[in-house]
Amino acid sequence: MNHYDTIIIGGGHNGLICATYLAKKGQKVLVLEASTELGGLAATREFSPGFNASVAHTLSHFSAKVAKDLNLAAYGFDFNAAPMTNIALNSDGEHVIVEGWGASSKLSGVSDKDKESYREYHQLLKRFADLLKPFWLKTMPRIGHSSLKESLTYAHLGLKMRMLGKHDMGEFMRVATLPARDLMDENFDNKQLKALLSWDGLIGSKMAPRSPNATILSLLYRMSGKYEGAHALPKGGIESLINALKSAAITAGVEIRTGAKVKKISIKADENGLRSEGVELQSGEQLLSNNVASAVDPKRTFLDMVGAENLEIDFTHRINRLRCEGYVAKLHLALSDLPKFTGLDSLDGRMVIAEEMDSIEFAFDDAKYGEASQKPVMEIVIPSLADSSLAPKGQHVLSAHVMYVPYKHKNGWTEEAKAELYERVIDTLASYAPDIREKIIAGEILTPLDLEQQYHVTGGHWHHGELSISQMLMMRPTYEAAQYNTPIPGLYLCGAGSHPGGGLMGGPGHNAANEILKAKQ
Amino acid sequence: MKKYDAIIIGAGHNGLTNGAYLAKAGLNVLVVEKNAYIGGAAVSRELENGWIYSNCSYVSSMLRQTIHRDLNLTKHGLVLVPYLGTVNFGDNGKPLIHYHDGNVGYNHLRQHSAHDADSMFKFQADLTRYAQLIRKTLMRTPPNPTSFKPRDIKELLWLAKQFWGLGEKELYEYMRFFTTSAEEFLDDYFENDLIKAAMASPGIIGTALGVYSPGSAYILLHHVMGDVDGNIGAWGLARGGMGAISNAIASAFKGFGGEIRTNAGVQQVLVENGKAVGVVLENGDELRANIVVSNLDAKRTFTKCMDKKDLPPGIYEKAKNFKIRGSSGKVNIALSGLPKFTNLPDNKFINQGGQGFVGSLETMERAYDCWKHGLFSDDPFIETVIPSAWDPTVAPPGKHWMSCFVQYCPPVLANGGWNAKQKEAFGQSVIDKIERYSPGFKDLIVHKEIRTPVEIENEVGLTEGNIFQGELTIDQLLFNRPFPGYAQYRMPIKNMYMCGASTHPGGGVSAACGANAAREILMDLRKPNTVPEDSFYDE
Repeated sequence: MNHYDTIIIGGGHNGLICATYLAKKGQKVLVLEASTELGGLAATREFSPGFNASVAHTLSHFSAKVAKDLNLAAYGFDFNAAPMTNIALNSDGEHVIVEGWGASSKLSGVSDKDKESYREYHQLLKRFADLLKPFWLKTMPRIGHSSLKESLTYAHLGLKMRMLGKHDMGEFMRVATLPARDLMDENFDNKQLKALLSWDGLIGSKMAPRSPNATILSLLYRMSGKYEGAHALPKGGIESLINALKSAAITAGVEIRTGAKVKKISIKADENGLRSEGVELQSGEQLLSNNVASAVDPKRTFLDMVGAENLEIDFTHRINRLRCEGYVAKLHLALSDLPKFTGLDSLDGRMVIAEEMDSIEFAFDDAKYGEASQKPVMEIVIPSLADSSLAPKGQHVLSAHVMYVPYKHKNGWTEEAKAELYERVIDTLASYAPDIREKIIAGEILTPLDLEQQYHVTGGHWHHGELSISQMLMMRPTYEAAQYNTPIPGLYLCGAGSHPGGGLMGGPGHNAANEILKAKQ
Repeated sequence: MKKYDAIIIGAGHNGLTNGAYLAKAGLNVLVVEKNAYIGGAAVSRELENGWIYSNCSYVSSMLRQTIHRDLNLTKHGLVLVPYLGTVNFGDNGKPLIHYHDGNVGYNHLRQHSAHDADSMFKFQADLTRYAQLIRKTLMRTPPNPTSFKPRDIKELLWLAKQFWGLGEKELYEYMRFFTTSAEEFLDDYFENDLIKAAMASPGIIGTALGVYSPGSAYILLHHVMGDVDGNIGAWGLARGGMGAISNAIASAFKGFGGEIRTNAGVQQVLVENGKAVGVVLENGDELRANIVVSNLDAKRTFTKCMDKKDLPPGIYEKAKNFKIRGSSGKVNIALSGLPKFTNLPDNKFINQGGQGFVGSLETMERAYDCWKHGLFSDDPFIETVIPSAWDPTVAPPGKHWMSCFVQYCPPVLANGGWNAKQKEAFGQSVIDKIERYSPGFKDLIVHKEIRTPVEIENEVGLTEGNIFQGELTIDQLLFNRPFPGYAQYRMPIKNMYMCGASTHPGGGVSAACGANAAREILMDLRKPNTVPEDSFYDE
């Protein structure tokens, strides 16, 4: 029987990244993916004959280090595309547009004062984002422990904060937990611009503009990428990233099995305590390994695959109460032709429907009580413009993240409730693109519950767990498991539920590989 | 013309406390007050013949015992007595009585949920433990984390030690507690919605957040870190109303030679050569002093009482952005008799305590949603107390009055400003809700005073009527209060200080802000410190 150094559960981008790093260091690695396709929420799948889409539809902060280390360019991943224009749609066609990125970005539809404020705002946030940047690709120290190495990480962070200077350091500590709304109100006048800029702090989480907590940290996290927060589509689409990761893994010697759903992580108990010794597949097959690294969300990993019987009650309790209920639904439309958005010539940008921050706030209010927003807000991309292979010739795919759609509907997610939501979303779209209905060949809306069921992610949460302060950094997903190792020796976490979190970034896979290799020495 | 050592703007409890400690150190201190009476928001007023309302703040718990004892406030007439219990009314069904007696309380909780009755012990223990750490910081000046001064570094290390000393588990729970919502925090302990709602209500009082908003769990703590006569977490009433607290402090202040001038609203702080040198009163009088201390909120101080050109760049903007939101209102009602509540025994545990019309978590959250739309809810959250059930001095014999604190009440209505009709409708929404639980309540009403954020701002001076002089969210706490770089009571103008609740540790009738500011002022003036250390709760 084959014995592996490391078995990785989950063939999403983090699982593949972790596997490749390990294999490059000579480990014998097996990746097990439950679905037939690799990529997890970034997998490209045919949702209607001839039309393809992936749930994750843009890249914003994919790690440049990971791309370089794994030589992804050699495998067809070309991330040199220009960033997408961000557009805050207005139903009268008076859009607010942010073109380009960073210092060279151009704003239109706003006052000169807002343009000037945007420069200052962006520079300030960039300084903050740069401060945090090194820490996303580092293992966080354990809280309450202070080994020399751990103290050094804190000292490093402290030093970086001091280096900001008195004013910026003070501002950093104030702004870090500020609700997105307050930061926007302090800086800008234009309502659409405020909604657009707060969007990246909110999407994917159970937070609205008025919520204090981690919305600004989420913004800074997304600003750690090459385009300082702007989004882009690689040539060849998201699929090219997953294909490149797959090729890199295979070249490094990683064995990949799809359609191989893990039922349990096998735990050996003897006088030395517990240790993971491999996995058992749904099919009953047993696979042995020294290490198991789970790219699956922490709840599923510990509660379903390890089992509470192997864990301390306190630890189980903390995992059990992790917050990972998704609030974002995904809309995919197969279109016979490009729709016409009022007042917009080019559709290759990232279009946001949220005319003011209150639109987002009030959409959130419905979801608090277990209902989908009556007036949903959304982010729209037409990925087939960048990658024509996604749709038949001349035809297109529209992909949208729709907020807020709760994982738990107060009356349960019935087909009727979904159909009603779908109609409501199309109606909303139609007030910006009046001809949309004529162009629709087919469409689907995936609620967080659908995402959970199709992609094996608890709660259908993008990040496998809220990016809230109590679930970030050295507390992600919880202490005793925040350094990628877990209370079960030999079992590691390497997915989005670990520091730094989700989004197509690659930090958890990269950091976990480091820890696994270190433990081996 | 007489020149004072210090002029303090605002005779609220913090201003008077500040004055008392400065005067105790031998300074020649004047407190100026715009109203004809002193007390700010800790005030007792006879608005109907024979009835004395605590028409703003209505209960006491935060008042630092160290200050109470040090200023000998009991000798100056202050008597505080704790509540006997609290009743909470849900949307339907039987009320939840929180008896402040272990066994009775436990047995009653069991009638609602046996699980929650057991959990309550852990909940109270955890909350008290969390509160202990914050209590230790109340009478200390926050460090400036950007400074390299030995004192700041020492204080920062002290703070780090307190946190680090908690250990991994506790630290994690603490961080979670600090950033989570009241709802999520309570979900860890309780299953019964009425119990959750009752426990969550302190998380929103005075705050522009809902029980579902992250950050509301911390505010819950702000309401349990006080004590009444050593009963930690207890709430109590002051004999003669909340004004008795201010009056006692004022009496101590005068005992040290301090001077108070009422009907003396400040037009502007006088600044010469970058230094505060005095104030100009609304009547045009100019008063000079070596230092000026503002007990007004940060926004009012810098945007209304100072000339923008006297301020260093950026300060005006910081003050403008300071979050001080009006979210609550108050209705004070004189009654011809004691109200009776459906399904409740008529006993002193209930009458001599608080009543919470909480409904449920969802009811409270929906009231917050209304506020976001610039409306007041027709099903508001109300916290009431009937001081006259214990204190015979605040109502004619046999008569009573009820203090109703209402959340939420917007500072500006969506359909324009407040007018008399809207104000009446707001008051009516409160009375209607109480009537639902106490049939016949309306018939007892002799007089009522309705206070929206507009009245609170106009009378007391609190911007938007915010009871804490600024939101208690992390971005405005500790070294961020009121703004980063100015949390040590010294203001951007030389010889100018702040001593109100806009500074650390924030709102509540604690007197800690005033005392902390006095310590800093005396240090700058190289005078011996007269402010006591809060060693009472240190291990």
